[in-house]
Amino acid sequence: MSEKELGKKWDRCLADCAVKVGAGLGLGVVFSVVFFKRHTWPISFGLGTGLGMAYSNCQNDLRSHYLLHRSMKVGWTKQQ
Amino acid sequence: QYSLSPCYVSLALYKCLYGRAHPTNLQHHRHYTSGESSGAAKVVAVGLVTLGSSIGGTVLYAKWDPKFRTAVEKNIPYSDWLLGMALGPNPYSPVTAHKKQVELSQPPSMMTEESRSSKIKKEKNIKEEPSVSTASETTSAPVYSAQSIEESSAEASHIISAISEVPSVPAPHDTEAAVLTAMVERPAEEVTARLAQQEQEDQDILASVSASLEESLASSAKTTLQAIGAQEAALQAIGSHTHKLKEAMEAEVPPDQKSAQWRDLETALAERRSTVNDAGAALLKARDALDSLRSVIDKAKESKVAAVQPLVLAAEENLHSMVVDLDQAVTKVQSAESEAKIVSQYTELVNEAKRQFQKELSSLTPEIQANWKGLTGKLSADDLNALIAHAHRRIDQLNRELAEQRVREQVHIEAALEQQKLEDQKALDKAVHTATQHSKEEARLEQERKLSELREVMEAEMRTQLRRQAAAHTDHLRDILKVQEQELRSEAEQVLNSKMLEQETHYRQLTQEQLDNFTLDMNAAYARLKGMEEAIDSHVIAEEEARKAHQLWLSVEALSYTLKTAGSDLPTKPLESAVQAIQDSCCNNEFALALASALPEESLRRGVYSEASLRSRFNSLRSMVRRVALIDESHNSLYQYFLSYLQAALLFEEKQAMPPTQLTNEDLDPFKLLSYASYCLEHEDLELAAKFVNQLRGEARRVVQDWLTEARLTLETRQVVTLLSAYANAVGLGTTQAP
Repeated sequence: MSEKELGKKWDRCLADCAVKVGAGLGLGVVFSVVFFKRHTWPISFGLGTGLGMAYSNCQNDLRSHYLLHRSMKVGWTKQQ
Repeated sequence: QYSLSPCYVSLALYKCLYGRAHPTNLQHHRHYTSGESSGAAKVVAVGLVTLGSSIGGTVLYAKWDPKFRTAVEKNIPYSDWLLGMALGPNPYSPVTAHKKQVELSQPPSMMTEESRSSKIKKEKNIKEEPSVSTASETTSAPVYSAQSIEESSAEASHIISAISEVPSVPAPHDTEAAVLTAMVERPAEEVTARLAQQEQEDQDILASVSASLEESLASSAKTTLQAIGAQEAALQAIGSHTHKLKEAMEAEVPPDQKSAQWRDLETALAERRSTVNDAGAALLKARDALDSLRSVIDKAKESKVAAVQPLVLAAEENLHSMVVDLDQAVTKVQSAESEAKIVSQYTELVNEAKRQFQKELSSLTPEIQANWKGLTGKLSADDLNALIAHAHRRIDQLNRELAEQRVREQVHIEAALEQQKLEDQKALDKAVHTATQHSKEEARLEQERKLSELREVMEAEMRTQLRRQAAAHTDHLRDILKVQEQELRSEAEQVLNSKMLEQETHYRQLTQEQLDNFTLDMNAAYARLKGMEEAIDSHVIAEEEARKAHQLWLSVEALSYTLKTAGSDLPTKPLESAVQAIQDSCCNNEFALALASALPEESLRRGVYSEASLRSRFNSLRSMVRRVALIDESHNSLYQYFLSYLQAALLFEEKQAMPPTQLTNEDLDPFKLLSYASYCLEHEDLELAAKFVNQLRGEARRVVQDWLTEARLTLETRQVVTLLSAYANAVGLGTTQAP
């Protein structure tokens, strides 16, 4: 079902977003705790990074149909 | 036309006058009621006057122009009676003119023929041809065409004028022939009468002439014979007298016989004289008779009758012969007379000499008698001496005379010759004259004879020529008749052939018609039979086909029923079995097979969704499509997604909008499309809904792809099934044959 695909994509996207944000948050927390003396910026940074990655992944996932793979060569005809 | 023009003129005049006067008359009528009767009388009077003037004008003009008269008589029924009464018969009537012309043309030709025939008849030797036959010939000549060939050929040999009638023989007109025969009968009779009359006249003349000729001939012959007899008698008398004289001179007869002799001589002389006179008288009478005969002959010659000529000729010949005989007798008499004259002269001389001698003798011897021959015994010596001396003296004298005569001989001879010549000349002239006359007469008679002979020969020749001509004419006629017969025969044959042909063709036509009808009927019957057979066969075939169609229909019905087995969200049963059933049922039905094979695979394997499920799916799909309305190839970031979601939340479109008949660019907006599609789906037009949905682009398109596919599938299947069912129905109904 093609109409379910978007839903699936959103699911994936959300899941990925959650994972990424969580991972980012986790990493941010870890990094802020470990490396950056519990500044919040590595958390937000990590969140942002996670969010960004999730956004980008989501966008890529959503766009994936419209992107041509480099390996795919489109047959092009000589236009006269 | 002519008759009406004066009437029209008069009528026009009348109308003109009366028309102009009419309003005034009306006025008069209105104002002067007493003038009504006078007005009516005036009307009647004017009408009568007009009528009379028109009739009078017509009559006068007819009198002047006969063509107008004929036109009037032709057009107006009783006008010819009126005009005849007024003017007399119409001299210019075309019917009578024609008749007159015919009459005029006929008599001249007939008259010329008659004159020709009469002339020819005159020239011909009538005594050879009987007048009756000629009359019959002329009467039969006009009705030539009616007689048979043999009779006409027999007559044609006698008729000469028939040659001119040959051109009219082959084509005699009935009317003209009748007229001709009517015309000709009378003249022919006249001709015969006249000819008979002429014959009679000729005969009379001939008889009279011959009678007169004979009479005169007889009389003249009698007289001539008499004259000749008289002449002969005279001749005889003269001859006898001369002879007797000679005898008397020379013969030494005794004295008594001498006196007898002398008496005989006297009688002979007297006889001679009388006979000569008689002869002269008879000659005169004969000459008179001959003259009269000649006059009669001349008169007879003047007459025109040809038969007289030979008689005349014969009479002339007779006359001539009589004249010749007469002349001959006369000449004979004349010669005898001359001879007698000579002899008489001689006798005279002798007598003279004798007398002289006697005188001398008597002077010498007076006693001696005349007849001294008988005195030989009585003389004396002196007388004898005297006689001898006388004799000597006489002898001397005679010698002297002889010498003288010898001397004068020449002169005398010349004179005598002259005289003789003269006399000879005279005689010669006379003889020549008579001879010339005779020869002339003979020549003339000869000429006449020759002429008559020639004429006869010519006549005979002409007759032969005419006979030949007639024979040629008969031959020609025969040939023409033969040709005519052939022509007529060929014509008749042609007519017969054509009639026969007609009849034959008619018969053939009839038979052909009958045959055609029969063939037609046979063909019709056969065709019907064939039709019935075919009908039965086709019925069988049709039943077979019907069974097959029924089967097909059943299978198609089964197929369409399987379509209905779709659940709300479940597809139908796979159509494979039904299709198989179809394919089994109509294995020889290419159309159905093609259709059956045209079903998409998916439908066969998996089945199709019903429209209701699609509709419900669409409804759920719609919100999704609305949300991704802005997303396409270029706009597919997350932000766009957000915007598109926003738009979907904020934008309100109609749930169902009726789609227009023509889509514009504005209608390609996804929301509109969705509302159109929804409307179509609500109205159970999946196809149109699918079409509208097909217009979605971008992500919306991707979202509805599956639905569209399903819809397509359903539509396809449905289409095929509808086709199949329609086809099965059609086949089942029998309107279409299975190919």
